[in-house]
Amino acid sequence: MKNLLTTEDLGRETLERLLDLSDEFVEVLDREIPKVPPLRGLTVATLFFEPSTRTRISFERAAKALSADVMSFSPGTSSLKKGESLKDTALTLRAMGADIMVVRHRAVGAPWRVAEWVDVPVVNGGDGAHQHPTQALLDALTIRRHFGKLDGLEIGIVGDIRHSRVARSDVYAFSTLGAKVTLIAPRTLLPRDLDGWPCTATGDLDDVIERLDVIYLLRVQTERGGATAFPSWPEYVSRFGLSRERFARLADGAVVMHPGPMNRGVEIAPEVADSDRALVLDQVRLGVAARMAVLFTLATGRGLTREVTA
Amino acid sequence: MRQVMDGDDVQRAISRIAHEILERHHGADGVVLVGIHTRGVPLARAIADAIERFEHVRVPVGELDIGLYRDDLRRRPTPALARTLIPVDLTEERVILVDDVLYTGRTVRAALDAVSDLGRPQAIELAVLVDRGHRQLPIRPDYVGKNLPTSTAERVTVRLHEVDGDCGVWIDDEETR
Repeated sequence: MKNLLTTEDLGRETLERLLDLSDEFVEVLDREIPKVPPLRGLTVATLFFEPSTRTRISFERAAKALSADVMSFSPGTSSLKKGESLKDTALTLRAMGADIMVVRHRAVGAPWRVAEWVDVPVVNGGDGAHQHPTQALLDALTIRRHFGKLDGLEIGIVGDIRHSRVARSDVYAFSTLGAKVTLIAPRTLLPRDLDGWPCTATGDLDDVIERLDVIYLLRVQTERGGATAFPSWPEYVSRFGLSRERFARLADGAVVMHPGPMNRGVEIAPEVADSDRALVLDQVRLGVAARMAVLFTLATGRGLTREVTA
Repeated sequence: MRQVMDGDDVQRAISRIAHEILERHHGADGVVLVGIHTRGVPLARAIADAIERFEHVRVPVGELDIGLYRDDLRRRPTPALARTLIPVDLTEERVILVDDVLYTGRTVRAALDAVSDLGRPQAIELAVLVDRGHRQLPIRPDYVGKNLPTSTAERVTVRLHEVDGDCGVWIDDEETR
């Protein structure tokens, strides 16, 4: 694996190998000394052109647990001219010794561009409404650790699918691993074209809620115009929010997931968010292990062979 | 492929190593066996079984994966990692690392680092089924099933029931494969 940019082209074998590695890193993180040496001497650079706390901290925690050094770049509030600045920033950090780059950018495809410019592995940390592959990996890990497998599970993703890179990444990863995925949203929050998406879609949560093993809730992305897609918040909440009443209709053993940040009282009722069937904090915890698996895979094998043997 | 130990030979070597461990430690008190994946793990269990037959005590057996401690991680494909599972606190225990073949010593070097990150044993010793020589590091075994002089062109294959379905040690010339 040279880069991790999308889940669309990840085969089942690759995904399972990453999940198996993640399981071992979960064990490492549970140790008294939660640190191992395989990335000693390597530097992971995080280039986050979009604000993010949890993803960046999670990547940095993962890098440090593998004994890598970390360089962080964030543009603050200055107005960056996208193309040129992105390229200069990437080349600058590479020149300073970045061995792996994690890129988040509001422009779709930005991490692919960076991967063309630099000769080191690139991880997509989220590009626009397109892809967020490590989120999909940690979600799949959370589900696999809870249920033992994804094969045959019914997973419903509810909310602002259209603006969600998480949904897009999850759909491909979950279905590749054998789950049956249903998107649940108002038509206006579904992607305009679902051609090629390995899933089905419905506008009626109540129709499918009882058969779900996993209900995965998404925030409405008001910053990307999500809230203009329905008449009113109360109507959205009444049709798509996971209220206590709907929560009670979930099958025995079904679980609730959310990538955060949660809007309590909108897509998820506060009591539901705090219930022991909500795996939200497991997702956060396991995210570090999943990102360790990604960084470890990119740093070993063929990813960095050239520099070391040269 | 030439067989140098059959299943009975392997079992005898395991029994002897178990006796030597008991002799050197005046019993099994404070001894923890830690098998290095893959074949060190069933070997460690077999040694523990032998100790139990002789002394009627069960010594703890751990499993150690050294993948994260290799010194050649960036020269080879990404390794799969196996489970590291140490059932007791190693601090102040006498840890005996168990592996099937001792060759360059690099695996043992990695295992020493891995164990050090898991605790501070009172001592660490090394038991191997086969010592084939050609060390690249200053490491020596404390318990050896069989010393097997080899050339670096030869390949030593250990097969154990738990992993491979049969049991024995074979040696062959890599060029003839």
